[in-house]
Amino acid sequence: MQIQASKPVAAEPVSGGFDIMAAVKDAGFAALVTLGLSFPILAFRTQEDISNHLIVVPRWSWPITAAILVFVGRFAAILFRSRPRATRAPTLPKAPSASATFLIRYASWFGVAALIAFPMVMVAALGAGGSLKWINNYGIQILIYVMLGWGLNIVVGLSGLLDLGYVAFYAVGAYSYALLSTTFGLSFWICLPLAGLLAAFWGIILGFPVLRLRGDYLAIVTLAFGEIIRLVLINWTDLTNGYAGISSIPRATFFGVPFTDDDDGFAHLFGMDYSPIQRTIFLFYLILALALLTNAVTLRLRRLPVGRAWEALREDEIACRSLGINTTNTKLTAFALGAMFGGFAGSFFAVRQGFVSPESFTFIESATILAIVVLGGMGSQIGVALAAVLMIGGTEILRELDFLKAVFGRDFDPVQYRMLIFGAGMVLMMILKPRGIISTRTPSIFYKEQKAISGSLVKEGHG
Amino acid sequence: MEVFLQQLINGLTLGSIYGLIAIGYTMVFGIIGMVNFAHGDVFMLSAFIALMLFVVLTQLLGMTSIPLAFVIVLIGAMVLTALWNWAIERVAYRPLRGSFRLAPLISAIGMSIFLSNFVQVVQGPRNKTIPPMFDKVIHLTTGGTYDVTLSLKQILIVLVTAVLLAGFWYLVQKTSLGRAQRACEQDRRMAALLGIDVDRTISLTFVIGAALAAVAGVLYMSYYGVVNFSDGFIPGVKAFTAAVLGGIGSLPGAVLGGLLIGLIEVFWSAYFSSDYKDVAAFSILALTLIFMPSGLLGRPEIEKV
Repeated sequence: MQIQASKPVAAEPVSGGFDIMAAVKDAGFAALVTLGLSFPILAFRTQEDISNHLIVVPRWSWPITAAILVFVGRFAAILFRSRPRATRAPTLPKAPSASATFLIRYASWFGVAALIAFPMVMVAALGAGGSLKWINNYGIQILIYVMLGWGLNIVVGLSGLLDLGYVAFYAVGAYSYALLSTTFGLSFWICLPLAGLLAAFWGIILGFPVLRLRGDYLAIVTLAFGEIIRLVLINWTDLTNGYAGISSIPRATFFGVPFTDDDDGFAHLFGMDYSPIQRTIFLFYLILALALLTNAVTLRLRRLPVGRAWEALREDEIACRSLGINTTNTKLTAFALGAMFGGFAGSFFAVRQGFVSPESFTFIESATILAIVVLGGMGSQIGVALAAVLMIGGTEILRELDFLKAVFGRDFDPVQYRMLIFGAGMVLMMILKPRGIISTRTPSIFYKEQKAISGSLVKEGHG
Repeated sequence: MEVFLQQLINGLTLGSIYGLIAIGYTMVFGIIGMVNFAHGDVFMLSAFIALMLFVVLTQLLGMTSIPLAFVIVLIGAMVLTALWNWAIERVAYRPLRGSFRLAPLISAIGMSIFLSNFVQVVQGPRNKTIPPMFDKVIHLTTGGTYDVTLSLKQILIVLVTAVLLAGFWYLVQKTSLGRAQRACEQDRRMAALLGIDVDRTISLTFVIGAALAAVAGVLYMSYYGVVNFSDGFIPGVKAFTAAVLGGIGSLPGAVLGGLLIGLIEVFWSAYFSSDYKDVAAFSILALTLIFMPSGLLGRPEIEKV
């Protein structure tokens, strides 16, 4: 419905001119509102005094700074928006050069090659100690989220079922491995498929009752399921050890060969010097392989009848039913497959950390994964990977910004602004680019040649 | 029997707070069909604003009359929270009207994360406690194994809720603003054609919802005396459950649902285990949506082709 009675924006160019007074007025109003908003939450600081009573200390510089920032920002935004249209040159679609076409066509293969080379390059450049952080905090961490994003993409991006409780399957996978390995001593390679199966099973169990629900309602019920699973993990202390979690989970082995300094360890077997980086590199390749498996399966499934049914379901459920598609099976396969990859990622998480606790499976995780899928442009595999790099890599980089301490004082800790920026980014993304980073889609059925279309041509998550 | 009576009182108190928050969910859902995910955090923010206003009044300005301070805090928090929600709607939801259906929901989730972390960053992650107020207690039964008590706070909460709901009911049913609001709920396009400023009406819906959430926030703050930046999520989900249980879009339903959720939670904790009380709330949410999506008092949704 397009019925916004769009009020004339104050600084819309009137015959090419720029009404500076209106812009100042508009920005001034925004600054005034900011001043109102910042009282008392910014204008005072709460703290405990010696006798533990709550007292407030005024800090008037904060709201004034905020108001000035909003004024400048709003003014700049109006200025930017009111540029004469002609200066924004219409971008004609240029025929890309031969080398560019080559690069674009094989971009994903270059990406994979770069990822395979990544740990080796890092170790060569920074040595075993220096590269650990890069491979572990950036490489593995980002790839976990890429995999989770791709898994959720099946449910949200392809089938249009908004799932806010995806982290439940991640938790099922992690706890499956943790419990099976600590109780029965099963190895990672046996637990991995089992964890995937169990998660898929849970996907079907949780998917079954919500078959009739659509859109927002589905989102809220999946959120409830995700929270229920987390609360059960917290409260069923006999099985899960509650908040304390399960520790000393067996580490990953190289197909049975442990990464230890022993005689039968990995390093000794292959005649190398022992280094803890070997395990990290192995984990990196493991999660890379799992993520690529997720991607490959998704891409293949999109060409199968079930994948087409998913996309048809996303576009119009009623039409789907009228054409004789079994929507029950279609939805359940989407839930089960998405959950299975979540389970794989979960059991990888457990083997990497060696420790699981309910803390790791909060709603924020679900929101993060969903944000990655949405930010990437729902349905776009490359977009999801890029979004994961941006969001997870970006928050990791915040840990590195120590120089900001020199600017803002010793107490300034950029990490605590992580989620703040994250939330604001989610809102901003929706306003500026609701179709995500990659806003084109390549339909899987085409007439003569396969080509990309704009994301706004597909309904994407309408029902 | 004594336990039952005591839990009934506690449940009604808690339920009043949930009901007040639930109205914000149900009104916004009614008018723009969106689950305002950030509403729980708006409630938390209002509790924070109320707490800080109270400390400013009693300590910085040296006000000694607690009831007077309470009234000023109530009005101040309502105005400031309404301003916040107005700004939130303006910034995060209005540009998305007419976008694809999940866009406002995702924007609201982002806003929810932003608000709770904003409060954490500017006021710190620790619990903020204030000395108890209105903690006079009336003993309803004495002599038995267990004294049934009714505190002044509880009377206050139920009383304030009832008075404000009556005012709110008048606003929606009898004033032109309420008529415009109900008209937009039924058919936004037609309302616009008949000369109703739809954008303004939606803004006012958010403002009213926030003002009621602020009342809940003030009551919550004075009842528990503790506020934390993460207090928005669980009460938010429970209030949403209340709105769904009562039938989303129905105002009496939201209040009824709130009271029911409050009672269920309190009785569940008293007779079963308090460990699983949140599981109970979430299960009710899931079960209602699955088996009775139109709730107790809601209109069934008709699927149009």
